[in-house]
Amino acid sequence: MAEFRMPVLGADMKAGELVAWLKQPGEPVQKGEVIAEVETDKAVVEIESMYTGVVEKLLIEKGDKVPVGTPLALIQTEGPEEAPPVSRVEPPPERRARPAGRPPPAPAAAGRLRVSPVAQKLADEKAVDLSKVSGSGPGGRIMVQDVEAAIAAAAATPAAAPAAAPAGRSLRMRQSIAAAMSRSHREIPHFYVESVIDLSRAIAWLSEQNARRPVAQRLIYGALLVKAAAVALEKTPELNAVWAEDHVELKPAVHVGVAVALPGGGLVAPAIHDTDKLPLDELMTRFRDLVRRARAGRLRSSELTDPTITVTSLGEAGAESVFGLIYPPQVALVGFGRLTERPWAVEGRVEVRKVIHASLAGDHRALDGYRGGVYLAELDRLLQEPESL
Amino acid sequence: MNDAEMREKVLGILAELAPEVDVHALKPAVRLRDQLDLDSMDFLNFLIGIDEQLGVDIPEADYPKLPTLDAIYSYLQQRLSQAGARPSS
Repeated sequence: MAEFRMPVLGADMKAGELVAWLKQPGEPVQKGEVIAEVETDKAVVEIESMYTGVVEKLLIEKGDKVPVGTPLALIQTEGPEEAPPVSRVEPPPERRARPAGRPPPAPAAAGRLRVSPVAQKLADEKAVDLSKVSGSGPGGRIMVQDVEAAIAAAAATPAAAPAAAPAGRSLRMRQSIAAAMSRSHREIPHFYVESVIDLSRAIAWLSEQNARRPVAQRLIYGALLVKAAAVALEKTPELNAVWAEDHVELKPAVHVGVAVALPGGGLVAPAIHDTDKLPLDELMTRFRDLVRRARAGRLRSSELTDPTITVTSLGEAGAESVFGLIYPPQVALVGFGRLTERPWAVEGRVEVRKVIHASLAGDHRALDGYRGGVYLAELDRLLQEPESL
Repeated sequence: MNDAEMREKVLGILAELAPEVDVHALKPAVRLRDQLDLDSMDFLNFLIGIDEQLGVDIPEADYPKLPTLDAIYSYLQQRLSQAGARPSS
């Protein structure tokens, strides 16, 4: 029997709320199959089963919010019991202090925030702090009428309400990003290297490709950048890694996390799995799908836990260069700025070329600037041969 | 499809891409990218929506002709009238 637990879906995640069970007791489930939907501070995430077997028992109910590591369901596994997979996103520092291999203690019932989904939705819309709301439902569950009462009470004392408080979801998104990025800035000694890359050939190649394709099969240059960023790791595999306490762990597969800005603010950086192995057309299809689902709040758990390096592009936002913060426990982040036309010296002549600033943020505990430079040179070389991607 | 229906479809596609925006409040003569937070992926999805719902596949070479809603309406009117005038095979 295996315990299916609340996964860690981000370096900053402490708890998640069950939105729905997609499997019921007695139903078979395959490893990798979506078994539940969980709401985090950033999105509703489809949680994939880590086991193959039959669902034996569901341990929490829809609307329950529980800490990461809490058993959610029991799964009768086939054959010898599978060891629970190691989470690929390092938990926050306070949880790392626990002995390895032991689950966190089950939350005390009194400490659990039990909230009905309707109440949660209303609280999000009206920016109600649920930790200050008393629940009148079974077991102290916070019901919609409790949230309405809290809103009415706040309206009666307008002076106490903060001016222009952000909506609940966007506030929690901001807090979540704040936690992850504060940790990154605090723990990771960043270094930066940058190159200006001539993209003229790549853009011309893309235009030629797109002229022959129907609109639904066209490529954007962002897909080419992501593919090149992934393939360049073959030359510097130490950038495709995570920092684990006091040593670096190389990752055999390349899963590039692509930073996606969300409507209303905030961002997520879900993985395109096996990015370096995907043909460009397939990568584009997955990239489009990932952006669509990220903005709709419909990501899968593995997409949030699996990134081995992150690529961010702020060029379309107007930035010429990007010097980002690494998402822990990853050890590198690639940034792309705006595509611009610049005078460019070529074999003694000056020509107008389309160029882009590419940067690498590296974790100096895991790698050195020299290897960052090698990586950017390889990235440049690959982008001069776009047809090879 | 008449002009009003075409415009409504265009706005519907934009509304799917930017659900947080009241697309009927967009200024038709002002650049879309100045009014909406659209990136190249959004723009491609917009064009795919145009193709799916209006049957107009806009070539990449024509992208610069589409900076505003007015320009998009005008471009689509022309393409749709050309398609309507063309004998069916």
